[in-house]
Amino acid sequence: MAVAEVLDGPDVARAIQRIAHEILERNHGPAGLVVIGIPTRGVPLAARLAHGIGQIEPSWEQALGQLDVTMYRDDLSRAPTRSVGLTQLPAGGIDGATVVLVDDVLYSGRTIRAALDALADLGRPKAVRLAVLVDRGHRELPIRADHVGKNLPTALAERVRVLLSETDGRDAVVIEGARP
Amino acid sequence: MKHLLSAADLSRDQAIGLLDLAEQMAATQGREIKKLPTLRGKTVVNLFFEDSTRTRISFETAAKRLSADVINFSPKGSSVSKGESLKDTVLTLGAMRTDGIVVRHSASGAPFQIAHSTWTDASVINAGDGTHQHPTQALLDAMTIRRQLVGAAAGQGGARRRERTADAAVLKGQGLDGLEVMIVGDVLHSRVARSGVDLFTTLGARVTLVAPATLLPVGVETWPARVCYDLDRALAATPPDALMMLRVQRERMSSAGGGFFPSPQEYSREYGLDARRLAALPAQAIVMHPGPMNRGLEIASEAADGRRSVIVEQVANGVAVRMAVLYSTLTGSKEGAL
Repeated sequence: MAVAEVLDGPDVARAIQRIAHEILERNHGPAGLVVIGIPTRGVPLAARLAHGIGQIEPSWEQALGQLDVTMYRDDLSRAPTRSVGLTQLPAGGIDGATVVLVDDVLYSGRTIRAALDALADLGRPKAVRLAVLVDRGHRELPIRADHVGKNLPTALAERVRVLLSETDGRDAVVIEGARP
Repeated sequence: MKHLLSAADLSRDQAIGLLDLAEQMAATQGREIKKLPTLRGKTVVNLFFEDSTRTRISFETAAKRLSADVINFSPKGSSVSKGESLKDTVLTLGAMRTDGIVVRHSASGAPFQIAHSTWTDASVINAGDGTHQHPTQALLDAMTIRRQLVGAAAGQGGARRRERTADAAVLKGQGLDGLEVMIVGDVLHSRVARSGVDLFTTLGARVTLVAPATLLPVGVETWPARVCYDLDRALAATPPDALMMLRVQRERMSSAGGGFFPSPQEYSREYGLDARRLAALPAQAIVMHPGPMNRGLEIASEAADGRRSVIVEQVANGVAVRMAVLYSTLTGSKEGAL
C-alpha cells in the first residue's frame, strides 16, 4: 500500500502556529475564547493550539476543554458499538464564549454536526468556529472549517491519517492507499 | 453486547467497560440538559411481572434520558391477568417492533428463555429473575464501591471518604482489586447476592457471605466466596471495605420468619447492622443496601442514615449504569452483535 507523507513535524507545528494567529485575528484578541478538542486527536491538537494562543497573548486565561460526540452520532446503529470518551468543559462553561472546535481531519462533516448538537446541550456559545489540521473534502453536510492547516484534495479510496507525538510518537500527516 | 442476562456472563474487560461508560453517563446527568439523543427512535418495554419501584423507575429514567420511547407493562390490568402466557405476551411485543425488553419475572430464567427464543429479536435485559440474577444491581453496586473506595484509596487512606469521590478519568480501567466485600442476610432468596458475588469476584474483590444456615442456598460452598454463620466473628476476621445488608424477603417466606429464623428480634440481634456493629467498622468502610429496607430488622436507622451510608448514591448510580447497559445493548449494527 502506497503511503505518502504530506506534512512533516515542522509543517504541523507551523500550521498550528498559523491557526493560533488566525483565531486571534478573527476574534480581535483573546477575549472569550474557549478551545475545545474532539477526541481522539482533536484533544492534543486543541491543547497545542491553546498553548500557541497563550504564547502570543499571555493575558489569555487558558480555557481548554474536550467534547465527546459519540452519543450524538447519526451512525450508532450502523457501526459496532462505539466507546464513549470524556467530556470536560473549562470551569467557566461555554455560555457567551467564542468556542473554537478542533478536530484533526474534516471529511463528511458528520462528526462536526454531532459536535454542534452536543454543544447546544451544554450551553449557548456566542459563536462557534471550526479549526482542523486537514480538510480532505467529500463533505456530506453543509459544513465548512474557519481555519484549515492544509487543504488536501483526496480520492474517496484514500485514507488520511494525522499522527501526533502525544498518541503516535511523531507528528505527520500521511495519505494511505494513494495513487501509485 | 446483545443481551444482559447474568452478571456471570460479563468478562472483567466488559464489566470495567460498562463501569467506565456509566461514569461518562453519570457526568451527563449533572448538566442542565440531561437528555441525550443517543437512542432516538428506539422503543424499550419495561416488562415487569413483579412489583418494583426503584428498578422500574430507574430503567424508565435511563431510557428516557437517552431519548428512547418507553412502554411500561405490568401484569395487573393486562391480559396476563386473563391468563396470557409469557410467550404470547412477548410475541405481542415482538410484533410491535420493540428494540429492547427489560424483564423482571418471579421465575428464574425467564429473561434467558425470552432471549433464546424465536419470539422476538429484541435485546433482553434482566431486571431481576426469581432468585437467580439481577445484573444491573450488581453493576450499580460495583460502581458505587469503585467510586467510594478505588482511585482515592491510593493516596489518602481511609479518613476522608466522603470528600474524595474520584472522577471518571482516575477510575477508568480500574477493577475492585483487593477490596473486601461482605454480604449479610437473606442470601437464599437474593438475586442481588448471586449477581454481586459473580461480578465483584470478576472485578478482583474478595467476598464474604454471612447468614444463618437456613438462609444460605444448597451449593453455596461452590461459590467463589467465603461463608460465615456469625456476623461478629466475620467482621473481626475480615473487616469489610463495603458492607452490604440484604433485605429479609418476607414475601418469599411463608409466615413471620417462615421457619428460617425463630423471630425478627433474634434475626436483628444476630445479623442486623446496629449502632454497636456500625461503630466497629474500619474507617473507610461503606454501608450499602439494595432497598427497600426493613428498618430495625436487617439495618438500624443509625446505619441507614449515617455518614457511612451510600444507599442514596446507589440509586443515583443505578440510572447511570442502566444508561450504560441500554447504550451497549441497543446500539451497534445487528451483524456486529451476532
